[in-house]
Amino acid sequence: MDLLRFTTAGSVDDGKSTLIGRLLYDSKSIFEDQLEAVEESSRRRGDEHVNLALLTDGLKAEREQGITIDVAYRYFATPKRKFIIADTPGHIQYTRNMVTGASTANLAIILVDARKGVIEQTKRHSFIANLLRIQHVVVAINKMDLVDYSEETYNQIVKEYQEFASRLDNIVDITPIPISALNGDNVVDKSDKMPWFQGPSLLYHLETVYVGGEENHVDARFPVQWVIRPQSDEWHDFRGFAGRVSGGVFKPGDEVVALPSGFKSTIKAIHSAEGNLEEAFAPQSVTITLKDEIDISRGDMIVKANNPPKVEQDLEAMICWFSNKPMGHRAKLLMRHTTREMQAIVTEVKYQVDINTLHKIEGVDGFAMNDIGRISLRTASPVIHDSYRRNRHTGSFILVDPGTNETVAAGMIV
Amino acid sequence: MPNYHLSHLDQLEAEAIFILRETAAQFQNPGLLFSAGKDSIVMAWIARKAFHPARLPFPLVHIDTGHNFPETIEYRDAFAEQIGARLVIGSVQESIDQGRVVEEKGPDASRNRLQTTTLLDTIAAQQFDAVLGGGRRDEEKARAKERFFSHRDDFGQWDPKNQRPELWNLFNGRMHPGEHFRVFPLSNFTEMDIWMYMKREGIVLPSLYYAHERDTLVRNHTILAVSEFVQPREGEEVVRRMIRFRTMGDATITGAVESEADTMDKIIEEVAAARQTERGNRADDKRSETSMEDRKKEGYF
Repeated sequence: MDLLRFTTAGSVDDGKSTLIGRLLYDSKSIFEDQLEAVEESSRRRGDEHVNLALLTDGLKAEREQGITIDVAYRYFATPKRKFIIADTPGHIQYTRNMVTGASTANLAIILVDARKGVIEQTKRHSFIANLLRIQHVVVAINKMDLVDYSEETYNQIVKEYQEFASRLDNIVDITPIPISALNGDNVVDKSDKMPWFQGPSLLYHLETVYVGGEENHVDARFPVQWVIRPQSDEWHDFRGFAGRVSGGVFKPGDEVVALPSGFKSTIKAIHSAEGNLEEAFAPQSVTITLKDEIDISRGDMIVKANNPPKVEQDLEAMICWFSNKPMGHRAKLLMRHTTREMQAIVTEVKYQVDINTLHKIEGVDGFAMNDIGRISLRTASPVIHDSYRRNRHTGSFILVDPGTNETVAAGMIV
Repeated sequence: MPNYHLSHLDQLEAEAIFILRETAAQFQNPGLLFSAGKDSIVMAWIARKAFHPARLPFPLVHIDTGHNFPETIEYRDAFAEQIGARLVIGSVQESIDQGRVVEEKGPDASRNRLQTTTLLDTIAAQQFDAVLGGGRRDEEKARAKERFFSHRDDFGQWDPKNQRPELWNLFNGRMHPGEHFRVFPLSNFTEMDIWMYMKREGIVLPSLYYAHERDTLVRNHTILAVSEFVQPREGEEVVRRMIRFRTMGDATITGAVESEADTMDKIIEEVAAARQTERGNRADDKRSETSMEDRKKEGYF
């Protein structure tokens, strides 16, 4: 079976929780006792019908306030695929949650209220999906029941969205689908209320969309996580480098370089607990042994000799600031990138992006929570990287406040 | 172009191995919680793979309520020996004897809540800075927001509003002295994934998981096995039933389901058709709608 990770973004009241509740309910991922609990809560709240949104509102505080305040992960499966949903709230103050949810997603569902059309939040969500390099976007035009299932309204919204989205260069395909999450139209089954719509139902699209293109299978990258030395009689001389392939394909006999040292060697074997492998590719977790005894430890990267990444201390990146403590001038932070951690200093703020208009704002020298913009960084030791556009794993990093240990920003190397 | 494609179980396993190795690398002294329940068995099984051919670089930790089924304890010891892991045991009975906790009174008394104190004491005594748990996000709604690396303050408490965002493959395990992390490598597994994985790997579970005949009684709409710890009260009738357990907790609270499924294949069929969540018959979750969230805040698993 296949795995698809997707994220959902929408504004307050556009029916996102209802849509997720509907997907879980109609795919029979809701158990009787969960449904009973929700029916009971709905009754106590005085709701008219069973509120499917309650299935996904996890924390007490959220149920009291009726809003979703953090990224929650949901699971469902059909005979074709397993799905992981990163359910993120759409309020302006929760840009950071959307960025978090989008960082691991193959696809984004962006909800649009058919009565309101493309609004600022729609643009903001699309901008973030594009920034995080999500290749597939579904524009779910919801509440079609409230616009009499009008084809004209739908076409107008699709046109507006496509005009705007032509500027988003990382998104490979945009699939608009008219739905009613409340009534289930075009969610799991095709709706008979919109015979004019020729496309698939949302679930059919999720089950069949091609998502093989996310991993980079060209540039061989292996960040070392841990060195395995059994110290046993049977494995006396074994010295294996454990990690997860972050790009490309490794095979025994490949000529490799360890970075940042630059020492060369050849792959002796690729090990797994089930025996040796003929090749390893992203995102497999394996253990590599080399023919020569060279000094490699956590944080180093094994790459193929003919296709190295960049090794630099000066970087440019897009970041999203997560902390409620603003980023000040020349902030000193810790940077966590692949399996390395090092000190970093923000040498320059190039610009901020107004995520509602997508305009650049120049002349700023810091970021507040949820701000997105471009910076220059200098690090205390070399960063072995590719651009984020080329490789999500070797092009991404987080920044950590060395005083509080909080994760304060997410970054994508330009 | 060859097809570089991993099945969903391979992807979940690769992710869990990555998390286990990050835990070994980022922390000084981790421990892996092992209850002999199916999730912790899968976690320990994957941990063995993550560090193969070396042994686990951390011990298995069992918080023993003293109310365990004997089958659980036997399995635990045999499993630890088989994979060559060190076993650390935290005893709730000792916590009671030392006056650290007071046993609950009343007809529905359980040691479930007391485990939290024993767990936190064990963490302190062993100086664990990371505790690996088999929790999954699909288990319960409060767990849907749990992180892979879940930060706990000086008091072992979970603050759901102040969690660290987790992006890509980057996990921030930095902390101040006295704090610790709970780490959940199986976060993205569902119950069905666990069963399919066990089948694929040929994992043998404690016998309690497979249908067998046993003396039982019904208490609070839950089928309990009659044991040293569960004796019939007035009006309760002991009935011999064909049952199995879907989770492994205390004998006092773990409800059984009536079942004929005595092999892994039959269990998977049953799970696929099940209309009740696996925690649906754990009395500890039924105490209030948010009971899991409340216990987690106190430092529960």
